[in-house]
Amino acid sequence: MNWGSFSAFIHMGGYAFYVWSSFGVSFALLGMEIWLLSKRRRTLLKRLGQIQRLNASKGSR
Amino acid sequence: MSKVNLYKFSAPATFYGLAGQMIPGFAILSAILFAAGLYISFFVAPTDAQQGEAYRIIFIHVPAAWMSMFIYVVMAVYSGIGLAFNTRLSAMMAQALAPTGALFCFIALFTGSFWGKPMWGAWWVWDARLTSQLILFFLYIGFISLQAAIEDPKRADRAGALIALVGVINVPIIYFSVKWWNTLHQGASISFSKAPTMAHTMLAGMLVMAVACWTYTIAIALYRVRLIILERERHTTWASEILGGAK
Repeated sequence: MNWGSFSAFIHMGGYAFYVWSSFGVSFALLGMEIWLLSKRRRTLLKRLGQIQRLNASKGSR
Repeated sequence: MSKVNLYKFSAPATFYGLAGQMIPGFAILSAILFAAGLYISFFVAPTDAQQGEAYRIIFIHVPAAWMSMFIYVVMAVYSGIGLAFNTRLSAMMAQALAPTGALFCFIALFTGSFWGKPMWGAWWVWDARLTSQLILFFLYIGFISLQAAIEDPKRADRAGALIALVGVINVPIIYFSVKWWNTLHQGASISFSKAPTMAHTMLAGMLVMAVACWTYTIAIALYRVRLIILERERHTTWASEILGGAK
């Protein structure tokens, strides 16, 4: 174990700003990619579903 | 008759289902590996004698940089296959990989900057490694915007494939830049010709994080390629069947 206490872990030997910014931003970006993609999927399914229902109702007339 | 199978799985309709089955496994694996990799990065790997704790940025920086280069090469291979055999799915795969490649490229540049500041005293320097990596980022952006700008998917695929293939020359330049030129950037973290110079736990942390990034990329690219397939094949019978069921 490297760290004597939780505050020592947070302090990162004086490099807290650089280390936590690097890891924080990296994982925030990966999370954002997942979120944006799932949003894109929901929108796409909704839009294509609407078009399909529209076509189906036209066809039955 | 392996040829038959290959054709079967290169059909977007078949691959849509196959990709859907593969995503959960890779996603779970990626989450486990990231957790293990972060644990090694912060709690197992010792403090660096020269750089103190700041060196821990390596555990995200190096895997991201590897991914950014590797994804570009894979993209170029898919693009080449697409151009040569006119297979739709390979162009879609290239398109699905590009945003994630650009993301890892950005992460490599960003974390590099946050590592450079405390170690070199500068956020950015115009040295060969950094500059060629920045060009890689622009190539990704170029690929994505070119494909988005062309209406006809077939022509968009071909234009994107050309930029991917021409740009791949940049990848060996990035990789060997630290050897060919005098750069501020340190040499390759892992050498295939020399014994490892870093502590085993440091090496292990980097490799676990790299595999975590790999599995993440596979899962997210498969997820994205399914959306691309659905968008492009929406007029086909199989796609409308799927959409009918997904109401």
